Amino acid sequence: MAKELKLMKGNEAIAEAAIRSGCDGYFGYPITPQSEVMEHLMLEKPWEKTGMVVLQAESEIASINMVYGGAGTGKKVMTSSSSPGISLMQEGLTYLAGAELPCLVVNVVRGGPGLGTIQPSQADYFQATKGGGHGDYQMYVLAPASVQEMYDFVFDAWDIAFKYRTPVMILSDGAIGQVMEKLYVGDYVPRWTDEQIAEKAPWAAFGKPAYRDHNIITSLELDSAKQEAHNHHLQAKYRQMEREDVRFEALDTEDADYLLVAYGSSARIAQKAMQLGKEKGYKIGLLRPITLFPFPTKQIAELASKVKGILSVEMSAGQMVMDVKLAAENKCKVEHFGRYGGIIPTPHEVLEALENQIIKG
Amino acid sequence: MTEEIIIAGFGGQGVLSMGKILAYSGAMQDKEVSWMPSYGPEMRGGTANVSVIISDERISSPIISQFDTAIILNQQSLDKFEHSVKPGGVLLYDPNGIIHPPTRTDINIYKVAATEKSAELGMSKVFNMIVLGAFLKVKPVVTEEFIEKGLQKSLPERHHKLIPANLEAVQTGKSLVETVHKL
Repeated sequence: MAKELKLMKGNEAIAEAAIRSGCDGYFGYPITPQSEVMEHLMLEKPWEKTGMVVLQAESEIASINMVYGGAGTGKKVMTSSSSPGISLMQEGLTYLAGAELPCLVVNVVRGGPGLGTIQPSQADYFQATKGGGHGDYQMYVLAPASVQEMYDFVFDAWDIAFKYRTPVMILSDGAIGQVMEKLYVGDYVPRWTDEQIAEKAPWAAFGKPAYRDHNIITSLELDSAKQEAHNHHLQAKYRQMEREDVRFEALDTEDADYLLVAYGSSARIAQKAMQLGKEKGYKIGLLRPITLFPFPTKQIAELASKVKGILSVEMSAGQMVMDVKLAAENKCKVEHFGRYGGIIPTPHEVLEALENQIIKG
Repeated sequence: MTEEIIIAGFGGQGVLSMGKILAYSGAMQDKEVSWMPSYGPEMRGGTANVSVIISDERISSPIISQFDTAIILNQQSLDKFEHSVKPGGVLLYDPNGIIHPPTRTDINIYKVAATEKSAELGMSKVFNMIVLGAFLKVKPVVTEEFIEKGLQKSLPERHHKLIPANLEAVQTGKSLVETVHKL
């Protein structure tokens, strides 16, 4: 595949990837720090190139329900927003999960709670991985740490969304959304034809052919026995994700005395902290979860029995650290370090926290 | 080689676009680059800053707090970033509007009267390219050839006729830069 070099913001990379990955429709409502997603789509006018629909809805609630409608017909549809907007979408997300509809939702996280700030944050980890909406459901959550990953993960998201018939979230943050880096883009993947949709999404409501009964898309089931069976089925999918689709990156973990666990932009900062720590003679490794659900529990468990301590770094008051602790099962000390409310920790602060809370602590 | 740079000044001075041209030029020269803007409320009519990293290796954090070079275009930015320059690093500033000049003695300090020069030339729009030229004289992290390629890549086609004037401004900056304090 021909690769073309571009220099783009993370948000623009999401939009570019949507067009090039054969996305059928984007429905969104602007909010800082992710407005460049729709801006780039409107500039590129994909409806003229690939036939992709781009629509500015009247609200986030409308956007996510347009996604529900589009996904119900077997189309590749998506939305993007930032924290307060994603909160508005929670009802739609649990309905999408319940009705087993594939779609992509991008959250370029900003500091909260409430309207909060427009600066980067990672305080939506719980919302993304522990429900957000009501009921027992999970989304598959990808955490990109570079502009290239913002692009690549859109393609991966479609594969996962249709493999499992599930909403996929790309959980990014203001820093990865706004930073501009080198990006290699590939050829345009054509949008699915009606025949391809019929083949790849036979469950979808794209019109009833004579050979089969009606397809019904719903998250409602008033018979509790059937609803429990449906829950078993959903849980089986989540267990399959845990077996087959956990993704992570391990840097210098083989002979590490201390382990940093961080995702997204915190992982980039942690990597720099790791370099600074090495100059001081510390053996530091970095485990970067790429999927936040399913979480790399097994990998962290293995490392927990080898290292002297783990520092979980996240721009929050301590959310992912809960999963790190569950994985480590008290085999070593696990601490959290974070700045929040839109403040980004410096690599020096991360190293200092590692020294104070783990190495000397 | 890794060069970590902050460019800071007023919104409208071309701070972000100067960073963009630098990043594009680095990318054209096959370097790893990152460009991280301030996008907070301050950019809406106040100060603007952008950190640019140009490196031969994969860039770890695009978010940095200490810099090899600070390019400073107003007093507020000087106050904010003078102490974030790494010891032995470079501070380049435009003296226009600077009431309290930098005082550090453990860094190299240069100045470029770009505001004055661009006004004199009647070309206020190339102000940032004069500053960029001054920076490249002090730290030749990208070559001239790639600045031209960077301009071609970052400017829309309809503005390509302005490239020669921009390159000339880079030359002006190179000859205009003055040493204030050298280690």
